[in-house]
Amino acid sequence: MGTLWMIVRRSLRQHALSTAVTVVSVALAAGLVMSVFAVSKQTRDAFTGGEIGYDAVLGARGSPLQLVLNTVYHLETSPGNIPWSLYQSIKNERGVTAAVPYAVGDNYRGWRIVGTTEQAFAEQQFAATNPGGRSFDERYPEAVIGAEVARKAGLTVGSKFSPYHGLIFKESEKHADVYTVVGVLEPTNSPSDRVIWIPIEGIFRMEGHVLRGTGEVYEPATGASIPDEHKEVSAVMLRLGGRTGVRLDQTINRQGTVATLAYPIEKSMAELFEKMGWVVKVLELVAYLVVVVAAGAILASLYNTMNERRREFAILRALGARKGTVFAAIVLESSTIALLGSLVGYVIYAAILGTAAAVVRSQTGVVMEVTDVHPALWWTPAGMMVVGAIAGLLPAFKAYSTDVAASLVPGS
Amino acid sequence: MALLEILNLTKGFRSPDGSVTPILDVPSFSLDAGAQVALAGSSGSGKTTLLHLIAGILTPDSGSVEVDGTSVHTLSESKRDAFRARNIGYVFQTFNLLGGFTALENVLLGMTFGPGADREFAKSLLERLDLADRLDHRPGQLSIGQQQRVALARALANRPRLVLADEPTGNLDRKRSSEALDMIREMCAEQDAALLLVTHDSDALAKFDTTMDLTDVNRASTAFVDRSVN
Repeated sequence: MGTLWMIVRRSLRQHALSTAVTVVSVALAAGLVMSVFAVSKQTRDAFTGGEIGYDAVLGARGSPLQLVLNTVYHLETSPGNIPWSLYQSIKNERGVTAAVPYAVGDNYRGWRIVGTTEQAFAEQQFAATNPGGRSFDERYPEAVIGAEVARKAGLTVGSKFSPYHGLIFKESEKHADVYTVVGVLEPTNSPSDRVIWIPIEGIFRMEGHVLRGTGEVYEPATGASIPDEHKEVSAVMLRLGGRTGVRLDQTINRQGTVATLAYPIEKSMAELFEKMGWVVKVLELVAYLVVVVAAGAILASLYNTMNERRREFAILRALGARKGTVFAAIVLESSTIALLGSLVGYVIYAAILGTAAAVVRSQTGVVMEVTDVHPALWWTPAGMMVVGAIAGLLPAFKAYSTDVAASLVPGS
Repeated sequence: MALLEILNLTKGFRSPDGSVTPILDVPSFSLDAGAQVALAGSSGSGKTTLLHLIAGILTPDSGSVEVDGTSVHTLSESKRDAFRARNIGYVFQTFNLLGGFTALENVLLGMTFGPGADREFAKSLLERLDLADRLDHRPGQLSIGQQQRVALARALANRPRLVLADEPTGNLDRKRSSEALDMIREMCAEQDAALLLVTHDSDALAKFDTTMDLTDVNRASTAFVDRSVN
């Protein structure tokens, strides 16, 4: 084996350029395969397995997925509003341990604003980097902001800002209301880090907003309290005890016609990934095709050197190397190229994973567990070595069949 | 006691038209253990073919080659390879060193197919051939004379009973050629290896006590009748 390694090492060094090019093509294939399998799983895990803090979301009749995306991940638009009375009745429902109302529809320079109650961040810590932070007083135009908003929007305790109407930032949509930041939350590595929280009353009373809780348009008057029947919310975030979720799913989703209960939340996201499964399948197919191309590259690079190496094989044979030794040397060389490519493939995998994690985090706030080790990380190099060995069979056979006597002559 | 015994050895090569051109027809030839014999032959006289047949690199059409009591061509190919590695040293006209390997590695590589790599012996051989400071040089970094000495060290590395040398000085000038021949003969004598050298160089032939003309050994080289054998 030591002799084979010596032959392989010298050959790889002698054909350094073609080796390097082939290693890069194998690395691309290996990196792609590892990325497709690992990144898709880690993305799915990040969206379906993370700590959300709630068990269910109650919202307008429609798609549970849209409801979850809008309230948990702060993506997409709200499917509509539900009356305040629904919030109050679910809050008092047996088995509901927490019910937190959300009202959405505004932003600050693209950062989503969610109107809610203090309960929304009752269990969260205020950032030590912003001392003096506290929860907002629901009676005043105060705001608590997520860690990423603070960092990227440059807001801190004491900063003042005016919300903009809608979910997309438009300079012309600025509301006249002015809010003061009273607290910055500790990072949670969740989409909440990208949210500005204000009292739900603030949303109701935002200049230009109207309420349709009764079905009629109602515009709150300054200083006057708003009757509950006019109030409406985008969703209610729920924590449930025991089998309450199953019961509510039955009564709200199957028997009711007014609202939708997304329960459990992970199921809605899992369904999204099920629907997207074909995309992963296509990517897997593409990755396998790239593996085939890489195998072809190994075959071509070795096969093309066979003519110039015929004399080398003949010398080895003349020195007493068996045919099988020469054959094994070529197969070992092709497997080594595949292994080297796979090792470089880890760099490509890390780059793709890092980019994917950064994009997912910046777009959604969801943090992927980049240190999780997917089985593809070990079976890809192993598989590439097998593919490399197969690709080396034809060149190895050519080396095996070298006419020793004819090839020993210079220039033969 | 004959170390090498050749009997009725024939070899021909097939032409594109299907006819077979005889290259070698050696009724008998022998070489004693430790003997040093030079065979004189012009280009195309079958010198290399004869050595390839003795080494088992080529197989004959008929006849036999016995080296140290072993009938080389009755062995399977892999056993013939192993036998060659252990018993026969070969010095090529163009040295046939492996370009990617250092001088020491070239010698060691030859040993690995035989009894096994002996780094100290390989180094001592190269040092004996004035290459102590060239052990880690690759062939491209060595002069022609140095390459020739590395090739000689490789041929002797497995302590063969028989050394075959095919125009070993063909690429050297007269002075270097003389030195190289002295070295080959001396080293073979030191290791008690028989030497069969083929050359067309008269100066080289003059170095040997025993010389033979290949035309006296190989009937095919003197045949003037139609050589085609179907």
